[in-house]
Amino acid sequence: MKTHHINNKGYYGEYGGAYIPEMLYPNIAQLKEQYLSILGEKSFQEEYQQLLRDYVGRPTPLYFANRLSEKYNTKIYLKREDLCHTGAHKVNNTVGQILLAKRLGKKRIIAETGAGQHGVATATVCALMGMPCFVYMGEIDMQRQAPNVARMKMLGAEVIPSTSGSKTLKDATNDAIRDWINNPEETHYIIGSVVGPHPYPDMVARLQSIISQEIKLQLKEKENRTNPDHIIACVGGGSNAAGAFYHYLDEKDVNLIAVEAAGKGINSGESAATSQLGNDGIIHGSKTLLMQSKDGQITEPYSISAGLDYPGVGPMHAHLFSSKRAEFLSVTDDEAMQAGANLTQLEGIIPAIESAHALAALDQRKFQPKEVVVVNLSGRGDKDLETYMKYFDL
Amino acid sequence: MNRISHKLQEDKKLLSIYFTAGYPQLNDTKTILENLEKSGVDMVEIGLPFSDPLADGPTIQASSTQALNNGMTTEKLFEQLKDIRKTVTIPLIIMGYFNPILQYGIENFCKKCAEIGIDGLIIPDLPLEVYTEEYQAIFQQYGLQNIFLITPQTSEKRIQQIDEASEGFIYMVSSASITGAKNSFGDAQQAYFERIDQMKLQHPQIVGFGISNAETFDKATQFAKGAIIGSAFIKHLTENGTLQIESFIKQIRM
Repeated sequence: MKTHHINNKGYYGEYGGAYIPEMLYPNIAQLKEQYLSILGEKSFQEEYQQLLRDYVGRPTPLYFANRLSEKYNTKIYLKREDLCHTGAHKVNNTVGQILLAKRLGKKRIIAETGAGQHGVATATVCALMGMPCFVYMGEIDMQRQAPNVARMKMLGAEVIPSTSGSKTLKDATNDAIRDWINNPEETHYIIGSVVGPHPYPDMVARLQSIISQEIKLQLKEKENRTNPDHIIACVGGGSNAAGAFYHYLDEKDVNLIAVEAAGKGINSGESAATSQLGNDGIIHGSKTLLMQSKDGQITEPYSISAGLDYPGVGPMHAHLFSSKRAEFLSVTDDEAMQAGANLTQLEGIIPAIESAHALAALDQRKFQPKEVVVVNLSGRGDKDLETYMKYFDL
Repeated sequence: MNRISHKLQEDKKLLSIYFTAGYPQLNDTKTILENLEKSGVDMVEIGLPFSDPLADGPTIQASSTQALNNGMTTEKLFEQLKDIRKTVTIPLIIMGYFNPILQYGIENFCKKCAEIGIDGLIIPDLPLEVYTEEYQAIFQQYGLQNIFLITPQTSEKRIQQIDEASEGFIYMVSSASITGAKNSFGDAQQAYFERIDQMKLQHPQIVGFGISNAETFDKATQFAKGAIIGSAFIKHLTENGTLQIESFIKQIRM
């Protein structure tokens, strides 16, 4: 059967693999050999499920958005990842990876972060497990996301500014990789998205797949069917989309809609819509779609949403795009901000600006009245209040 | 015979220098190469700058960023090197990350290298398995030696595999680190140098990372065939431009 899941060589179609310097080979080889067996262990699953339930607050509700449905004349459900502890889906992955790190005998945790959500989710589980935590964050992002820097510090993490290159997420990722090269034995690197060398994209997708697993059960209860007609999720690196799509990847009756950040417009020179602007290449150890110059220098993306501000997409998404399994849309800053305000006023939910991009897809594309549309509401908007305040002059 | 293989047969410890092309000034490449040869350097690694050099420390990162800002591109480098074999005879290796080479087109890149007289490539993020499966045939067709890295963490079994797939020499990374991170060698490195020496590999080893002066050069080459200096030379270029390259080299090896 043709599958959209990863193959045994670590590729989704032609995307993926592990393009890493030899210095990282032992660490990646160890992960590759052990991640499936550890994730499958009974004791791991018990501990993971228990933490997801009692600590993260899962299952997150699948909420029928009545007024939103009326406005768009279709049946819209919101998967409420914004209600997770720490405010976004990111924690599903960090809980899983810290349990894995412990089983690998690792003593020190590193992570990269852009908006700070993954950094906070990592610092949180490190506090929970009493492990030292070092988070790399672009110097510019540290200024843009000061409250999240403070949260990480309060949680006991050391936040290390990345001062190289463009001083944002891609540089923070480079610096985290450099740290891992310098500390190969006792350190585990918790990558926050479905990016990086194999097995990270698959491992993170599996740890986020709880999202679509729950959607199936919840939809069965509410609609007497496990499969919606459409699932919409935003894509930066693509971890929330990977989780929301995961159990539907090979179910053709479900239309997958990935929404990228167009920034100030696809052709404005300030955009993060990788599928529209990128081509095949290697970034952070993975063969995937990325935004680059014709010389193969990686270019700097832009989006009002720091969480979508990444110059590549995970290899799963590159494959979903090139195989046309998923529909890719792009949403500008303005469209996303309006969609955020719209949800707030209709449903009393302030979404993260990342998730507002997914919501803005409802304006771009027509759905039938009887169709069931699930929007993955990946995070809450508390962290974005300052951006909302500035934008709407609140 | 490939110039690298020829050089490796000479009965002396080899000094190899790395520099980033396009740094400190865009058009310094030729001057630097000619001065290095004149100073008695045995081999040179010409760095093709990349926006995201994830195995490199701050010194080489900064030089890459500067080189790109100066306008260095793959095409520009090839243009600068077009007539280099009229003045420079020592082995020349291009060291660069995989993505810019992939965008140029692997075969085109190899062909260009062969035309110029480049002898080998070091591509840190092109893993052994992908190379042997997809690119080895092309590299060999154009007479380019692909140089692999080993580190203190590389298992004995993998070192054997790398030795098997290697041509020329094996690039022996001195410690678990990015470039330019350490300034001296301790007991752990000494033990590692000895351990690799005792493996009696088919290919000679040249040590890189952490070599900055005569002392570290001597230690690194006690067992290995040679050593590579990168960050320390970049620092010299930062401070002196292309002047006094000879005096920098003379203080490494009398």
